[in-house]
Amino acid sequence: MSEENLLQVEDVSKIYGYGFLGRVKFPAVDHVTLSMENKPKIFTIAGESGCGKTTLARMMLGMVKPTAGTILYRGKNVHNLKSKDRTWFLREVQAIFQDPFDTFNPLKRVDTYLYETASNLLKLKNDEEIRGKIEEALRFTGLSLEEITGKYPNEFSGGQIQRVSIARALLPKPRLIVADEPVSMVDASIRINILNMFKALLTKTGTSFIYITHDLATAYYISDEIAIMYRGMIVEIGPAEKVLLKRHHPYTQALVKSLPEPGKKEEWKTRVNAPGMEIKEFLSPGCKYADICPHKTERCVKEKPPLFEIGDVKVACWLYE
Amino acid sequence: MDVVLKADDLSGGYLLVQKGSSEKNEVYVDAVSDVSLQLERNEIFGIAGESGCGKSTLLKMIYGLLEPPLILRGGSVTFITVDGEIPITSLSENDLRKRVWWKKISYIPQSSMNVLNPTVRIRDHFIEMFTFHARMTKNEAYAEARKYIDQMGLPRDVLSAFPHQLSGGMRQRVVIALSLLLNPNIVLADEPTSALDVISQKVVLTMLEEAQKELKNTLVIVSHDLGIHGVMTHRMGIMYAGKIVEIGKTEEIFEDPLHPYSEALIRSLPKLGDKKQRTGLGGHPPDLKKPPSGCRFHPRCPYAMPICSRTPPKMKMIKPGRYVACWKNSMEE
Repeated sequence: MSEENLLQVEDVSKIYGYGFLGRVKFPAVDHVTLSMENKPKIFTIAGESGCGKTTLARMMLGMVKPTAGTILYRGKNVHNLKSKDRTWFLREVQAIFQDPFDTFNPLKRVDTYLYETASNLLKLKNDEEIRGKIEEALRFTGLSLEEITGKYPNEFSGGQIQRVSIARALLPKPRLIVADEPVSMVDASIRINILNMFKALLTKTGTSFIYITHDLATAYYISDEIAIMYRGMIVEIGPAEKVLLKRHHPYTQALVKSLPEPGKKEEWKTRVNAPGMEIKEFLSPGCKYADICPHKTERCVKEKPPLFEIGDVKVACWLYE
Repeated sequence: MDVVLKADDLSGGYLLVQKGSSEKNEVYVDAVSDVSLQLERNEIFGIAGESGCGKSTLLKMIYGLLEPPLILRGGSVTFITVDGEIPITSLSENDLRKRVWWKKISYIPQSSMNVLNPTVRIRDHFIEMFTFHARMTKNEAYAEARKYIDQMGLPRDVLSAFPHQLSGGMRQRVVIALSLLLNPNIVLADEPTSALDVISQKVVLTMLEEAQKELKNTLVIVSHDLGIHGVMTHRMGIMYAGKIVEIGKTEEIFEDPLHPYSEALIRSLPKLGDKKQRTGLGGHPPDLKKPPSGCRFHPRCPYAMPICSRTPPKMKMIKPGRYVACWKNSMEE
């Protein structure tokens, strides 16, 4: 089965140390399982700060090794790749990060990154050919080689440089792009252009996306499937339409209720509980949301709920046993 | 209209000295340009716009906080009290500190959750405020602080904590509690929740809103997030490249944005439950060291006409309470 999937995350955990000499261990990602079919799709991992979404993304990219569990990309373990497979993986899976100014060395011209990526990953030698590929990738993001040649990162606006980093990611024609908060630092009027670009790439080149975000409105706008995370665990997963509009898990409900949207003044005014002490929740043996959940029972504190199926949505909450 | 503060043709920006050249080379960043604005008593007013549009600078100028390189170029800010007018822009910092700041107008700066002194317990922050401004003894001040913390709905053990022991949301609530301590007439909040998660954001904003309702004062919120304006503010002003381009009732602006920039901002907002294709703006905001001629939005405006690049449009009243600075709206009349 895993052979057919584009990405298979199998019972993955990542334990970090905390406190004096890191002696208190806590799971930043706690037994996460999810899969992505080998079809062009946008899969969103959403949650607030400290939910483990970035750690999970880094594990998917092979940058961080899980403490337990495996991540398979098209059937191959991303943390155990032989040299040839490694180059193949680097070509197939690309990353876009939150702060584009962090992606680029401030002392290096941005076009050199594009040339390096083209020659290293595509193994192209011919200058003419390299330039053609770069031009093609840039055109997709609404830029041209002429516009960016010879410029340093500080000569671009946030939106422009994020587009350069997207063009760089597109160069090797990846099958999967992992985008960690790619638009959270970009102004609203330009943000939507970048999201539209992702949608266009999906239909035109068949590139799949893993979109990591805290923003449920943009998540709804572009994703096919979504997983909502809280303190390292997936609390709800399924088709984005159903997860975000039906909202089974109490945490999903609280998140959506807190989302400020014009015209939702009355809905927004209903009360929600603020999250509690992070570390205490991470270490809880039961449901990590129990502390502030309005539906809390004795059992929630003691026993971790598994994912219960409701149609094609899965919810980790005892309410749905 | 019961006006509590007015800004008339306010202009200001950052005077920077470019290093590296032998001559003294000054560059002026035109962050706030000819802004006129009136704040009313008992309202929540929002200032919206994207990064670098001058919204935070405008707020600082309203407060009278002119720290170099920020300079005032022209215009005035007047605070209207029941006992007469106080000209904010012509008072010295010392006078502002004595007569206006904290007592009449308080200011919550951006990322203010980091303004608390890390070596001082929360209770001492409160005690200092009470002893300095209300001339209480230390014991009186402590009792008062405890009472006040309860009123604000914060847990009591917050008082004995050091700032780093609290979460970002809790620190932000402490800063807000401090800013409301002396019942100011105007509270200026600059991006009060931009570093917080949505749920903490809601808790913090609810606290601000409830305090405003109780004190019946004026709350000004600067935020890039239109959603926040949509759920919080009564009226709002939209800024672009140092100018206010539109002012009106929040609901009316969302329903029928008149300025092309407001329109673009509102049309680009994705909404839960609505998969309609949205479109954003092309181009990028101008460099305020050399702002475009005429209307500053004209290089990105889909409706731009020849006049737009020549003459800047003036703020015009379209109907009572609704103002727009755009040639398109002026021509249609």
